[in-house]
Amino acid sequence: MDQFTINLLFVGASFALYIGIAIWARAGSTSEFYAAGRGVHPVTNGMATAADWMSAASFISMAGLIAFTGYDNSTFLMGWTGGYVLLALLLAPYLRKFGKYTVSEFIGDRFYSPTARLVAVICLIIASVTYVIGQMTGVGVAFGRFLEVSSTTGLLIGAVIVFAYAVFGGMKGVTYTQVAQYVVLITAYTIPAVFISLQLTGNPIPGLGLFGDHQATGEPLLATLDALLRDLGFNEYTTHNGDTFNMVLFTLSLMIGTAGLPHVIMRFFTVPKVSDARWSAGWALVFIALLYLTAPAVGAMARLNITDMFWPNGAQSEPVSLEQIENDPRYDWMATWQKTGLLGWEDKNGDGKIAYFNDKNPDAVAKAEAAGWGSANELTNFNNDILVLANPEIANLPSWVIGLVAAGGLAAALSTAAGLLLAISSAVSHDLLKGQLTPNMSEKTELLSARIAMAVSIAVATWLGLNPPGFAAQTVALAFGLAAATIFPALMMGIFTKVNSKGAVAGMLTGLVVTLVYIFLHKGWFFVPDTNSFTDADPLLGSIKSTSFGAVGAALNFTVAFIVSKMTAPIPREIEELVESVRIPRGAGTAVDH
Amino acid sequence: MADQLSQTARHAATQKDDKAYWAANVRIILISLVIWALVSFGFGILLRPMLSGIAVGGTDLGFWFAQQGSIIVFLALIFFYAWRMNKLDKEFGVDEE
Repeated sequence: MDQFTINLLFVGASFALYIGIAIWARAGSTSEFYAAGRGVHPVTNGMATAADWMSAASFISMAGLIAFTGYDNSTFLMGWTGGYVLLALLLAPYLRKFGKYTVSEFIGDRFYSPTARLVAVICLIIASVTYVIGQMTGVGVAFGRFLEVSSTTGLLIGAVIVFAYAVFGGMKGVTYTQVAQYVVLITAYTIPAVFISLQLTGNPIPGLGLFGDHQATGEPLLATLDALLRDLGFNEYTTHNGDTFNMVLFTLSLMIGTAGLPHVIMRFFTVPKVSDARWSAGWALVFIALLYLTAPAVGAMARLNITDMFWPNGAQSEPVSLEQIENDPRYDWMATWQKTGLLGWEDKNGDGKIAYFNDKNPDAVAKAEAAGWGSANELTNFNNDILVLANPEIANLPSWVIGLVAAGGLAAALSTAAGLLLAISSAVSHDLLKGQLTPNMSEKTELLSARIAMAVSIAVATWLGLNPPGFAAQTVALAFGLAAATIFPALMMGIFTKVNSKGAVAGMLTGLVVTLVYIFLHKGWFFVPDTNSFTDADPLLGSIKSTSFGAVGAALNFTVAFIVSKMTAPIPREIEELVESVRIPRGAGTAVDH
Repeated sequence: MADQLSQTARHAATQKDDKAYWAANVRIILISLVIWALVSFGFGILLRPMLSGIAVGGTDLGFWFAQQGSIIVFLALIFFYAWRMNKLDKEFGVDEE
């Protein structure tokens, strides 16, 4: 059986499973559509949250970004897990006690203002759509590889499937499907990692193998990798090369963004009790940590394997020959990935060899010229987003592992896209239409408009996903910046302070506008290419990249909110009572719709 | 009349308890967040040069905290908080029965 058929089998079987569950648990009422009737156990909820959370960015993109940058991209690891601490300590139990369905409902009620609710809805939609763009990039990579077509065609096919899949059921269908997706994605992520860790270090646990000894050299794995990269003129893997201030800000943006993203917060509305909301965040992080503790090992080991591929006898010897790439079956993955347009190589000096080195480093260039390998890096394109999916092929693992990883990557992208689309559709139909414009809408119309909202957002995200503003994880990081600058401060001030409605609205608007403008100035207006005035290599303010700006936006949000609140009338008596009741777990009944 | 008085007294007592409960909660949150920041921004990034003397598998302790240690501590923190708060809820009698 060839690889294509095996992939098709694995992907087909996993899809049949998800669709089967979605049909079995189809949402009947509005309450089930949004919050699964609040009957979800914390462990189940944690697993579904993990699937919801770990998207194409975590599964497909993150290890690649770590692999090609090294230590400096530890930001993704700390940022995307540290946010759960904020969520568990500062938001989840109180939002559960409040007991409504959506984040904007809390903001609308706590700040006793339809304007506050409207502003929150707009912030949620902008952050979620940006997030979906990142997912679509990952969907394009995964479908492109698996169907052996270009990533653009892959993206278009993927969009149709995501849509069909998301409109099927609401949260209830999604919750149980996502449990299945979690199992598929974590198996797919860890099995190749265990294989590779065994091959390289003899340790079956990748997170331990990362700090173990490289079996071939007897030296520590990371020391071997550092030495190899140094020889080729790249930065060492374990050293800190970038800007420290930006690294701190970026990590902080990812953390507070995590605690401000609607599709994750919504999960904590679906547990039966306040104490369950606290445990749920912990369980979610347990399931997330299984992948996040493995990802840095995947990154480092893949970087070592790839570099070894191009320097089969070590960096002191000859580069790999074109003939070997074309004929040796161990290099077959290169030809398949070339079809997606995400991997490219070219024998620029016609010596029949593909020399992979850092041609921006004068010493490495001088060395390559002296050896007759030319002055340019001949591995012309290695898209970071392909690393995880190509990893099992690079490590020469069995075909079924490759099929499993294809299914896992798609599960990750689909589950998050579905969760986000649900958050967007509930924002539009529940908060915007029913909450503001047409309060008398019937349940049926509400469900219909929810589905129309899904269709529109996926169309927009697909269109923008064709020219993404960065690798999947980088686009997703922008969405986190937006959530960090808008929603998180509003929620936190709503629980921990007595900031009034004018303060909250002014704060959210400031955070949104300033962060959005900063992102557009660097990534192009509405992400349209070539409309940017600055680049992240040379940002407008000091060393602050557009992906790190969320933390600054959040600080501005807090500051503006406090100042405006001080200058205007204090919150009314009943809101003060609401704040006090949210802080005490007792009396958290089943949540009510209004 | 007497009944009304005792009710007001009870109400005042509950309010005082609620304040103390909240203060205790905020203190636990603050301690947890100090640890949260120390292992990530501290050991993982800013204090890494200070930890560079402690070797861990071909690199240093700061690298380990950035890629493994911080995540493990985050997990411990959330479970500690859930356990501690559920206990606090019972101490103050504000748990959900």
